[in-house]
Amino acid sequence: MKKFAVVAAMATAFLGSTSAYAVDLEVTHWWTSAGEAAAVAEFAKVFEAETGNKWVDSALAGSGTGANPVIISRIIGGNPMGATMMNTGRDAEELIQAGLMRDLTDIVADLDIDSFYVDQDLLEPCRYEGGLYCLPVNIHSWDWLWLSAAAYEKIGQPVPTNWDEYVASWPALQEAGILPFGLASGWPINGIPGVLMAGIGGSDLVLKINRDKDPEAVRSPEFRKVAEALDALRKVTSPETMVPSFGDVGNQLLEGTAAGNIHGDWLAGDLQIAGGVPGEDYECLPGLGFGTQLTGGGDSFYFPKLPEGTDQAVLDAQAQLARILISPEAQLNFNMVKGSMPIRTDIDLSGANACMKKAIDLLGNGLLPSGDFSLSSDTQQQLQDLDLEFFADESITVDDYIERRAEIVAQAD
Amino acid sequence: MTMTASMTGSAPVSQANEPRGPRPKPFFTPKKIMIYSTLIFFSLYFLFPLYVMVATSFKTMPEIRFGSIFALPNQINFDSWVRAWSTACTGLTCNGLAPGFWNSVKITVPSTIVSIFIAAINGYALVNWRFKGSELFFAVLIFGSFIPYQVMLYPLVMITRELGIFGKLEAVILIHTIFGMPILTLLFRNYFASLPQELFKAARVDGAGFWRIFFEIMLPMSLPIFVVALILQITGIWNDFLFGAVFAGTHNQPMTVQLNNIVNSAQGTPEYNVNMAATVLTGLVPLIVYFVSGKLFVRGVAAGAVKG
Amino acid sequence: MADIAVRTGEGAQTVSRPNFLKKTFLKNLPAKIAALPMIATVLVVFIGCTIWTIYYSFTNSKLLPTGKFVGFEQYERLFTANRWNVSVSNLITYGIMSLVLTLALGFLLAVLMDQKIRFESAFRTIMLYPFALSFIVTGLVWQWIMNPTLGIQGAIRSLGWESFTFDWISNPRMVLFALLIAGLWQGVGFCMVLMLAGLRGVDEEIWKAARVDGIPTWRTYLFIVLPMMRGVLITAVVLIGSGIVRLYDLVVALTNGGPGISSEVPAKYVVNYMFSGGNIGQALAAATMMLITVLIIVLPWAYLEFGGKGKRA
Repeated sequence: MKKFAVVAAMATAFLGSTSAYAVDLEVTHWWTSAGEAAAVAEFAKVFEAETGNKWVDSALAGSGTGANPVIISRIIGGNPMGATMMNTGRDAEELIQAGLMRDLTDIVADLDIDSFYVDQDLLEPCRYEGGLYCLPVNIHSWDWLWLSAAAYEKIGQPVPTNWDEYVASWPALQEAGILPFGLASGWPINGIPGVLMAGIGGSDLVLKINRDKDPEAVRSPEFRKVAEALDALRKVTSPETMVPSFGDVGNQLLEGTAAGNIHGDWLAGDLQIAGGVPGEDYECLPGLGFGTQLTGGGDSFYFPKLPEGTDQAVLDAQAQLARILISPEAQLNFNMVKGSMPIRTDIDLSGANACMKKAIDLLGNGLLPSGDFSLSSDTQQQLQDLDLEFFADESITVDDYIERRAEIVAQAD
Repeated sequence: MTMTASMTGSAPVSQANEPRGPRPKPFFTPKKIMIYSTLIFFSLYFLFPLYVMVATSFKTMPEIRFGSIFALPNQINFDSWVRAWSTACTGLTCNGLAPGFWNSVKITVPSTIVSIFIAAINGYALVNWRFKGSELFFAVLIFGSFIPYQVMLYPLVMITRELGIFGKLEAVILIHTIFGMPILTLLFRNYFASLPQELFKAARVDGAGFWRIFFEIMLPMSLPIFVVALILQITGIWNDFLFGAVFAGTHNQPMTVQLNNIVNSAQGTPEYNVNMAATVLTGLVPLIVYFVSGKLFVRGVAAGAVKG
Repeated sequence: MADIAVRTGEGAQTVSRPNFLKKTFLKNLPAKIAALPMIATVLVVFIGCTIWTIYYSFTNSKLLPTGKFVGFEQYERLFTANRWNVSVSNLITYGIMSLVLTLALGFLLAVLMDQKIRFESAFRTIMLYPFALSFIVTGLVWQWIMNPTLGIQGAIRSLGWESFTFDWISNPRMVLFALLIAGLWQGVGFCMVLMLAGLRGVDEEIWKAARVDGIPTWRTYLFIVLPMMRGVLITAVVLIGSGIVRLYDLVVALTNGGPGISSEVPAKYVVNYMFSGGNIGQALAAATMMLITVLIIVLPWAYLEFGGKGKRA
């Protein structure tokens, strides 16, 4: 208790000491889409209003090709930013182990974060040898089937309520010249197998494969169903009908030129900005309409250790930002715009839209570990390569796919 | 120079084959028509993307979505140019490309000067002051030009960190000097080798040293090759994305970084007109350099690259 | 990396015989001092980084170069990785097509430009300007031109020719040609300028002799002039070749490796596994394979160029 009091005093001292003059704090992230930028602006607003410091925004488009090399090399090169966003998961585990990240334990000690984090598993990737090195700021889930109200109006059918009904509607959609499944080229494919796995295969299968890395689970009949669903999907999509970005798929859904899409909940942010209303213009089905649990991932903030001799005011600003990011006000404002779920249980979400409310209900059942959490970036990259190849090349049979996936899982770390 | 003799056959002299004859000829010979139509065909291939970029940048979004890629804009609309230059957003900052433009200038000017100066000295030393192993160093240098940049990123971050310049302009200047060195050195070496060696020897006899000969004899004769080097470096450095973003530091992010952000952001509705305007704006500096220096550039290439 | 440079310095100092020292070290001293940046670049960056790359390709390093020695494990995985094999075969296909076509078109255009034509400088400017644009720009604009719905295909179909198809960019079998169209657009002009310079550098006497002997123009170009342009050809091949091996930006901007993995290239494999994949060991094993390939291609040339002493003009 005594320790707690000291820490609390220190924390207040941080907040008090910097009001004298403002400093710049550089924050890197790859939130550059319209919805994402609007969301990150909410963080910046709260930070600047409460501390008087300046949020220097360094956005870099493209997580893998644009931002990642820059963020990692800058941290390694000794020119770190004040804070950086990365995916919640194991992408930065080595940076933490190498001692390049600031330990946040003392900074948030008085906040009792254990009491309000939705799911303790979220913090797992941030913990290392008793320290706390990152703060998840939201929960994103891939597990959504988005359906276009306009498309189903055109063919005169009710909007499906689960995956099976959706698949059954494909012939009618194709007859009407509507794309059954809208898809953006590139990375959006990567999330789809995981969603099918959770929705069709169920929670047990996800745990066996992602957590236990059991190759036999990949060879099981349950996973075969998943692979077959993926096979069905690749047959109704073609590179020709793919659009450049996932936001374009959102537009297709609103226009009714595509009937459905599997994509993460951040699509909601773009649908919202494009003027779509959930329940009217589009429908969202968590876990493909079957699942009772969502696979959780999301974004976390890391605070790199700043070089010796850095102005104390900047270090204080880092600490302030860390506390603000998980504060109720910032959490609410940010997540409402981002379309993600807040990491706090104690905030009023009555303003949430229909989709987010569904997600909040499912959160009570706990989160399933997503690939980001349980698989190394290396394994994820291998799975991604395989999925991309399978999706584009129909000469790869379902059996080949299962076997190759099982081999990767067998060697996964 | 003697190979023509061996090619000499007993074929009769043919009047039809007189390509380089200085005499004026009627313009519309079948041969001319073929030459010009081929050249025009290729010119269309080269010009079409430029047309698409410029035309699209003047269009409005509905025009783009519903119109043809070949169509001229209905009216000249500068909105997207203004937006690309001054208000397009990168995350939270909505200052367009303008700040990046000045950062790119800050990076390009010193990097170009330093890299060319060093490469010129290399070429000069390789030709006129050979030392043991100098050709070997040169061979490795050429080999180095084949190594993908990205492979070197990690060790270079470590090197610049140890030198204490990571994240500063010095680092990016160093990196551009290193990666410009192989091809520039090749050009300068070839160029200096093509200069009459008598001048150099005469200067040596007069007792002039390494630097004096370089500054007083070699440099004044090297304008054409300097123009080639300038063009290669200005375009190369201006167009660089990776090194600028990684090494130059937060306050010096080049224009290409903002271009990348503008065009690669997964915006709900991609604004192709703004993208294209931004693209043309970013390419403008190297383009102007080319258009202005066309003749000199060709002369320089001719002088530098021909002699091997 | 720094210790390599230090060691070299020591090496130079430990040479004790004064005569030898004087001969090898002090001779041409200003030239050696002036060449120090080059020597340092070669030793520290090109050789040093290559050794670094090879060394860490035998470790199981993940995001940071800290891993343990694992022998050829990374290579075993590399050779069985489908994506790597596809990347290599893509690079070979693309590389051969690109090298041959760039040289051939560059030469053809240079010959045409050499026919005392009008508007020569206009044609030259038109052909050369794409070289000033970055691959990102090149990729972007061609991606758009070849986009099946918004680009040429869509425009021609909307004119009434419904069956017109130009979908190379989204067709796994044709995507390398899409890449080629964009790559040639960017690179042919420069090759043309080099070749033209080479043609102009050929002695007028040769032409006179060829005319006297009655050799047809095209034969003179192909069999007499072309072989004389050795310097230009070497410069062109080095430039084009190094561009091909390093091919990365254009692919990222134009296709990002798609559809599926049908336009993946080795450099992209290296970058993906180095950063997004966080597996330096694997990335550097791939990089080492690229280096070895380059070495195999460049060594014979280097031997020809530098092996025979005093051969150069």
